[in-house]
Amino acid sequence: MDTIFALASARGKAGVAVIRISGPDAFDVARGLTGRALPARGMTFSPLHNGQGEPLDHALVLGFSAPASFTGEDVVELHLHGSPAIISAVIAELGQHPALRLADPGEFTRRAMENGKMDLAQVEGLADLIEAETEAQRKQAQSVFSGALGELAERLRRDLIRAASLIEAVIDFADEEVPTDVTPEVSALLTGVESELRRQTDGVKIAERIRIGFEVAIVGPPNVGKSTLLNALAGRDAAITSEFAGTTRDIIEVRMDLAGLPVTLLDTAGLRNTDDVVEGIGISRARTRALAADLRVFLTEDPDALDLDLQSDDIVLLPKADQRDACPNAISGKTGQGVDELIERITRVLDSRSNGAGVATHERHRQAMLRALSGLEQAQSVLELGSDHYDIAAEELRSAIRALEALVGRVDVENLLDEIFASFCLGK
Amino acid sequence: MKHSSYDVVVIGGGHAGCEAAHAAARMGVKTALVTLTRAGIGVMSCNPAIGGLGKGHLVREIDAMDGVMGRVADKAGIQFRLLNRRKGPAVQGPRAQADRAIYQRQMLEETQKQANLDIVEGEAIDFLMSEDRVSGVLLEDGRRLTASGVILTTGTFLRGVIHIGDVSRPGGRMGDKPSVKLAERIDSFNLPLGRLKTGTPPRLDGQTIRWDILDSQPGDEDPVLFSFLSDQVSAPQVVCGVTHTNARTHQIIRENLDRSAMYGGHIEGVGPRYCPSIEDKIVRFADKESHQIFLEPEGADDHTVYPNGISTSLPEDVQLDYVRSIRGLEQAVILQPGYAIEYDYVDPRALNLQLQVKTVAGLYFAGQINGTTGYEEAAAQGLVAGLNAALAVLGREPVTFSRSNSYIGVMIDDLTTRGVTEPYRMFTSRAEFRLSLRADNADQRLTPLGMQLGCVGALRKAAFEDKFSKLSSAMQRLTSQTYTPKEIEKAGIRINQDGTRRTGLDVLAFPDVTFEDLILLDSSLSDVDPEIRRQVARDALYANYIERQRKDVESVKRDEKHVIPMDFDYDIIEGLSNELKSKLQRARPENLAQAGRVDGMTPAALALLLSHLRRQKRPRLA
Repeated sequence: MDTIFALASARGKAGVAVIRISGPDAFDVARGLTGRALPARGMTFSPLHNGQGEPLDHALVLGFSAPASFTGEDVVELHLHGSPAIISAVIAELGQHPALRLADPGEFTRRAMENGKMDLAQVEGLADLIEAETEAQRKQAQSVFSGALGELAERLRRDLIRAASLIEAVIDFADEEVPTDVTPEVSALLTGVESELRRQTDGVKIAERIRIGFEVAIVGPPNVGKSTLLNALAGRDAAITSEFAGTTRDIIEVRMDLAGLPVTLLDTAGLRNTDDVVEGIGISRARTRALAADLRVFLTEDPDALDLDLQSDDIVLLPKADQRDACPNAISGKTGQGVDELIERITRVLDSRSNGAGVATHERHRQAMLRALSGLEQAQSVLELGSDHYDIAAEELRSAIRALEALVGRVDVENLLDEIFASFCLGK
Repeated sequence: MKHSSYDVVVIGGGHAGCEAAHAAARMGVKTALVTLTRAGIGVMSCNPAIGGLGKGHLVREIDAMDGVMGRVADKAGIQFRLLNRRKGPAVQGPRAQADRAIYQRQMLEETQKQANLDIVEGEAIDFLMSEDRVSGVLLEDGRRLTASGVILTTGTFLRGVIHIGDVSRPGGRMGDKPSVKLAERIDSFNLPLGRLKTGTPPRLDGQTIRWDILDSQPGDEDPVLFSFLSDQVSAPQVVCGVTHTNARTHQIIRENLDRSAMYGGHIEGVGPRYCPSIEDKIVRFADKESHQIFLEPEGADDHTVYPNGISTSLPEDVQLDYVRSIRGLEQAVILQPGYAIEYDYVDPRALNLQLQVKTVAGLYFAGQINGTTGYEEAAAQGLVAGLNAALAVLGREPVTFSRSNSYIGVMIDDLTTRGVTEPYRMFTSRAEFRLSLRADNADQRLTPLGMQLGCVGALRKAAFEDKFSKLSSAMQRLTSQTYTPKEIEKAGIRINQDGTRRTGLDVLAFPDVTFEDLILLDSSLSDVDPEIRRQVARDALYANYIERQRKDVESVKRDEKHVIPMDFDYDIIEGLSNELKSKLQRARPENLAQAGRVDGMTPAALALLLSHLRRQKRPRLA
């Protein structure tokens, strides 16, 4: 039995967000996050860390040992601070766990029923509930599938069926007149599917950004006026500014609306070498956040000295334009010089990125595509070993296709046979 | 008039019938096999070959249940080839060319010596009925055989029509008469029927073939047999010839297409796509200039040759013309013309997982009548029907084969949930758990089940237990001891020096590592039998994948445990679309796993169904 997880509360900002984990590995997963064993039943207040030991949040962790739980299995609920950033960080962390997968719609309920946890009244009410769920799903699927995603899925499906049918033909019709080595064609088909999936998984992130907001980090050495710039951009005093280097030890966030795009500006600690432990922590956090942000504004004389790689589209500006001669690439938060131009540049970059949003828009699609990608990569590497290993290649391909079922629908053995019989003259 | 009383009566002595009768008899119930003549037992009416990809798996599984097909085929085999020998063991299929006469003789002998089994010569013309259930069989001469289970395995007898060119006549396979009365009785059950067709090539006189100018295909030097109990071939071995059609052949066929039964519009049945007629090949793959033909001797001392690849429904004179246009066949004499046969089949969705007709108690169908093709598919169904008819007599729980434990389970599930659209043939690609359902481990998968049911004889039981204990002990030794990367490298095996300790089984799973390499690592392993070494190596090869599939297997098994009552009323489920309701009503899935495979089923609908099943199971306390 898989262990599954999902956000149990509504999406978006709230006081508390609940992530539910159900299945045999639930308590193990919670121990990994909290670093301590949970009591068989009850609650624990604990910091959560990711696999690298970095803090995620402080959470109230509730454990329900089987069978006394909602699903009848071991269940752990993480009551997090209801910030979208925290939720997505924790979900991303859980998503990487090998024993976990994102729950299917209604799956907690299904498990609850299978384990006899629903009482009769609840079961009687369930028909309506599920009906509502499917109706909503139907509408949603309709709108997505009637357009680009449907076409994309159809194309991917065709290529996957073709690829699988080639391998299966070599396996199942070995004593007939079929080619014995189909690796080049299969490999080309899979490469095409892989690159499309990669484009789409990247696109899902962007679609999510459009929904949740882009992050723009202001980075630079201490005392170059990052916080002042943030204040100028935000039009209010959001971060504490002072004359002393290293004032901003934590990360200050300001949400704003840039030409319709939701943007969160991050003011980070000045990057420098320091012996101050607390400041060091702030700097390390600044680096991590800045790296994860969608765009970075470098406020510095020398971007190479920051130990933070410049990525494409990143903006480099000279600080304190008010203290230097007229220079087109300088900015001053104090006088407002260059601020409008910066806003325009940020908007331009994010706008063009948001055009790259794929047709796949759901985290579920992304997770499915990531799993499929890993199966396809495995299949590719087995294919290189030649036709003697097609049994394994077929298995990897099958698991990739299964992962994609949510997207392309079920690929049945009959689909493969149709393709085989249409392509090869069989029957010796 | 002599009347007899049996527990199980099997009608038909073909491959389904023989296996069904043997299975019931092995279970210890009194069984009769009704056949027109003793000579008709074990006849191979089509290609005299057994096994192949997917099919070889079925034969191994039948053998693992102590069935007869594998043992008889081993005795009759005149050429053995393991298909896909260079590929992984999961997709290797044993295949044998069989001597038709030896096969029939051996099958008759096995059948005569099987305890609890009588051969009754006669024509079954009707069922005996007690109210709505079948309670025996009426023979043409007036004899009545009573039984609580009757298994019908009469192949293509339902409205069979044979076509040779524009000539057609009613008939089962060549030479048999169709059983009209029995067909009428079956009609009265109002079962859903469909129409299929299949074809055979002309049979040639081998003495008139120029073998000397043709390529040949020999058997394997190291023959792989079917039965886990066989250890050597006994019939003389032969080679097959290989030749090809050519432009002239294609021209003759194209010019005479309108005289082909199929293209002349005489045939409406659907034929198998994997076994098209030569007319079909030439029309559908018009740009292909030549097609391969295997010339397969039908016996070691039988001159008849089966030219595999040119089945046809063209008139006899055209058959002779095109045969003689082929290299090596210029002087060939046709012993029996090729023909197409059209027949009715019973939609297997009318059957339950035991192959019993859902609406007629006591009646089972097995074999080609269910829309399948092939001796192996037929025999496997015979086994399932025979075991279950016997279990029903004994008042025991039925046995159900699962997609997760056997190709037999895959086939029965495919047939009973999805029906057929063309003659159903097994392929390895039909089995989603292909890596674990291997021909080499059929005994490990099924013999324990057979022992538990009681259909496995003492000889096989002893052999299996011996092998199983050796295998378990070898596995135990391979998994209990771990080695450091340094130790492994010392044994000459290239490995990542990552500090991870590995078991012998882990090491064996590496590509290119053999059991013999392991002995260098741990010399105590040198006392493991060669056969056991091969077996654990095969298991190791797939160990990681099988572990991954285990989760899928578990979910299948879990859903299989949710049984849906036969009389379940889908109409009461609110929120289920009418379309889906009627599909479920028609398919009558027996458990949740099957319901999930009904076309159009969604996870939400499945959850609804499950909730109603639970509600029915645990009625509210008043």
